[in-house]
Amino acid sequence: MPDTDVIQGTLDLLILKTLSLEPMHGFGIARRVEQVSRNVFKVNPGSLLVALQRLERAGHIDAAWRQSENSRRAKFYALTRSGRKQLELETADWSRRSAAVARLLKVEA
Amino acid sequence: MSLWRQLTRGLRVLTQRNESDAELSADLRDYIDRATTAHIANGLSPEAARRAALLEAGSATSIQDRVRSSAWENAVENLLADLRYGARQLLRHPGFATVAILTLALGIGATTAIFSAVNPILFEPLPYPHADRVVIVWESRSDGSPGNPAYGTFFGLTGSHPRSIELATVSKPWQPAMVGTGEAERFEGQRVTPDYFRTLGVSPALGRDFAPSDDVQNAPAVAVISDRLWKRRFASDPAIVGRQLTLDGSLVTVIGVMPAHFENVLAPASDIWAPLQYNPALPFDGREWGHHLFMLARLAPGASAKSAANELSTALVPLTQTYAKGYASSGGPPRGIAVHSMRDDLTANVRPALLAILGAVLLVLLIACINVTNLVLARGSERRAEFAMRAALGAGRARLIRQMLAEGLLLAFIGGTLGIAIAWFGIQAIVALSPVDLPRLSAIRIDGTVLVFALGITTLVGLLVGLLPALHAGANDPQAAIQESSRTVARGHHFTRRILVVAEVAISLVLLVAAGLLLRSIKKVFSVAPGFDQARLLTMQVQDSGRRTIPGPSSPANDRANSDALAGYYDAALKSVRAVPGVEAAAFSSQLPLSGDDDVYGVEFESLSNGASSDAAFRYAVSPGYFEAMHIPLRRGRYLDERDKPGAPVAVVISESLASRFFAHADPIGRRVRLGPDAGDPTKPWSVIVGVVGDVKQTGLAVTGDDAFYIANKQWQWFDPAQSLVVRSNGSDPASLTREVKEAVWSVDKDQPIVRVATMPSLVATSEAQRHFAFVLFEIFGLVAVLLAATGIYGVLSGAVTERTREIGIRAVFGASPSSILRLILGQGMALTAAGVAIGIAGAIAASSLLATLLFGITHLDPITYAAVTLLLLGVATAACYIPARRAMRLDPTTALRHD
Repeated sequence: MPDTDVIQGTLDLLILKTLSLEPMHGFGIARRVEQVSRNVFKVNPGSLLVALQRLERAGHIDAAWRQSENSRRAKFYALTRSGRKQLELETADWSRRSAAVARLLKVEA
Repeated sequence: MSLWRQLTRGLRVLTQRNESDAELSADLRDYIDRATTAHIANGLSPEAARRAALLEAGSATSIQDRVRSSAWENAVENLLADLRYGARQLLRHPGFATVAILTLALGIGATTAIFSAVNPILFEPLPYPHADRVVIVWESRSDGSPGNPAYGTFFGLTGSHPRSIELATVSKPWQPAMVGTGEAERFEGQRVTPDYFRTLGVSPALGRDFAPSDDVQNAPAVAVISDRLWKRRFASDPAIVGRQLTLDGSLVTVIGVMPAHFENVLAPASDIWAPLQYNPALPFDGREWGHHLFMLARLAPGASAKSAANELSTALVPLTQTYAKGYASSGGPPRGIAVHSMRDDLTANVRPALLAILGAVLLVLLIACINVTNLVLARGSERRAEFAMRAALGAGRARLIRQMLAEGLLLAFIGGTLGIAIAWFGIQAIVALSPVDLPRLSAIRIDGTVLVFALGITTLVGLLVGLLPALHAGANDPQAAIQESSRTVARGHHFTRRILVVAEVAISLVLLVAAGLLLRSIKKVFSVAPGFDQARLLTMQVQDSGRRTIPGPSSPANDRANSDALAGYYDAALKSVRAVPGVEAAAFSSQLPLSGDDDVYGVEFESLSNGASSDAAFRYAVSPGYFEAMHIPLRRGRYLDERDKPGAPVAVVISESLASRFFAHADPIGRRVRLGPDAGDPTKPWSVIVGVVGDVKQTGLAVTGDDAFYIANKQWQWFDPAQSLVVRSNGSDPASLTREVKEAVWSVDKDQPIVRVATMPSLVATSEAQRHFAFVLFEIFGLVAVLLAATGIYGVLSGAVTERTREIGIRAVFGASPSSILRLILGQGMALTAAGVAIGIAGAIAASSLLATLLFGITHLDPITYAAVTLLLLGVATAACYIPARRAMRLDPTTALRHD
């Protein structure tokens, strides 16, 4: 069975990226990450909620209870201005790192 | 922004735990619901979908736990829970709690009190701006010791404008008597040169500071007073500046009031300051060459005490030539100039004692911690099952360690709070006990620094007390502990507790050795013969408040007339005192032994080549009958008596030490000397030695250096305006004569202040106040240490007997005699004690060398002290062992065997 855990430290980036499209509830975020990654990543609700709490307290996202489809209430998370900035930073950082890893792997091969 | 969110969100969770929990679980429930819906959409039945969703998510409780514990407020909550739990534990065991808290309170309280006393003296800078630049300047005597500078030295040195000195000043004590309104009152004060306050970096709160024009001979008399005096005597009169006071018979104008916060470290009791007004012409036979001043200086920025000393020593050389005569009149020129940091100088005397006391109280605190740790460990064996249960229920090792640390901290903080109250009382006791020469007494109080210190040691104590039990609690293997029946001994605990008892015994031995050494020293010091008979002696100082001063400028005729008037007054007073019933003998002297007086002058012996002077010797200008009243033994020649009056050949009596040093085995009687201002001046007449008397201790019982000369007070060059009266009673209690003697003096003139009333035995005791202070504190610490150690031994043995009840029962069944069981338990306790004693002796040998300056007549290795202390500790330990041992001996074997 292939490893489907989110790479250490990238969950925040994935959440921020997902929320940059539109505000979403927890399950929506998990679902989106799984779909877009074509099930490479599976998001565990425990890790997700911890990460959401952390991001909310860091001021990168806001959380509010809202009415969703068919009148169910859900906690919606939305990117804040500081979250947008954080996303840019983390995206740039990630690109730099993954490019470096890719180069290394190429040399090795 | 994020910090703010962290704080507000965290606090919200802390205050509204239920709501935030509900919100979290609602969020989680929503997640599961949506996951279920998604599974149903994928074709699963509702039940299967729900199961799959729950399976994927995992346990809701553990998710909530993860989310919760990731936030900071969780740590706070845990701590609070730990503290609550700890508090419940304490309430359930009030005996244990009381003993532990009181022990810690005593330890923390004593440490805090001692710290508050030593902090301003040893660690804080003096209360002046740039206090590190304030220095005391000394003349170096021929033997290299620092001596008080003469005005001539100060005047000459400042006249050379040294670059390393920004400002300098000299001062001397001054006790003016104020008469006029109400009872005559004597003030403590100082005569100073104009830059005194500027050198310290303070200025008056009201009025003006001294100006150079104030410090000119015969300039209008002015004074600055303290805030204390202003409030007490003048009711904070806003118009005080410009008011005139009658001091010593002359009018003095108040020009300023110092601020309330001004702490005059050099002379803390001073309430009034006036210009010194010495003669800048420096007449070589004047007081300008007396070595009786204190010189303070403020170093220029960047200058060091060392560079200043070098510069001033160089500047001194030409002075000693220009003023050779002046220096010769007062014991010869200094060898150089020494410059010391003011703080170091003021604290040098008390520093070793205070550091020793601080060390001792830390040892007491350590013993207190060990004792409480021991108690907690003992409780720990009772709580093994509880810990095992908690561990089995999922409490991690870290959680258990945290629990024990929290309980330690709880004990420490309750103890610490109580300790601060104890410290408050302790400080009053320390101030009451403290030697008079303890500097900065007024700065001893509980302030912010002291509270921070108390908080710091309390936290440290809490961690110390919690640490060992925490490690033990954490080390438990839950399975083993639960399976273990309660009679099985927890070996780890026991080993640790024994080590702790050994440490307690060792530390208390160190403290007891120190206390014992001080006790022996004190006994030895007080067995030193002071050179006179202190029994039945009452002393007091009679001051002349200047009533008889003949007005007008100083002239030889006026000075003579003043002296005669004074002498007449004191003659009448003495006559009146001698007539008091119960007075066996009475006499006046210019200074009293062991009273803190320190009046020295040079002596020039004719027998020595080219009239060289001796070093300074103590000068006693005495009335006839002084030796007889003091019982100072005559060695050769005669005492001074009524024959030695003005106009008669000047007669001198010298001390035995001076006689043997300068005349060896020859007879000094009839040899000639010049004294004080006349020494070294060939134009002055000689005085004749008529007698030799036994040596008298002037500075302290433990101090050698007894050189002294005595001269009739009417034959000295001036009549000292303050005279010390010694009265020997023919009854037993001299203090009971105080009232009658004072009234006898006042019957001659009711306006003369009488001060410093004390019996001679109390003067002698006070002269050893510093040693006594250290001794009393060490005695207390030693006692506390030994008590704590004894309870420690008792606790461990008592626990051991309980745990070995079955074993003892088996032994008894198999025929062990009660006495062999007694020996078994006693032996166990004594082995611990012996180990502690051995380690303690090694520690005491190392530590007691720090006490060297406080010891007298014995070395820090004094075998008697070590032997006595060892015996004492062994005795106490035996008693502590005996009670549990006897319990073991009396155990009924059948009951013992059934003991679980």
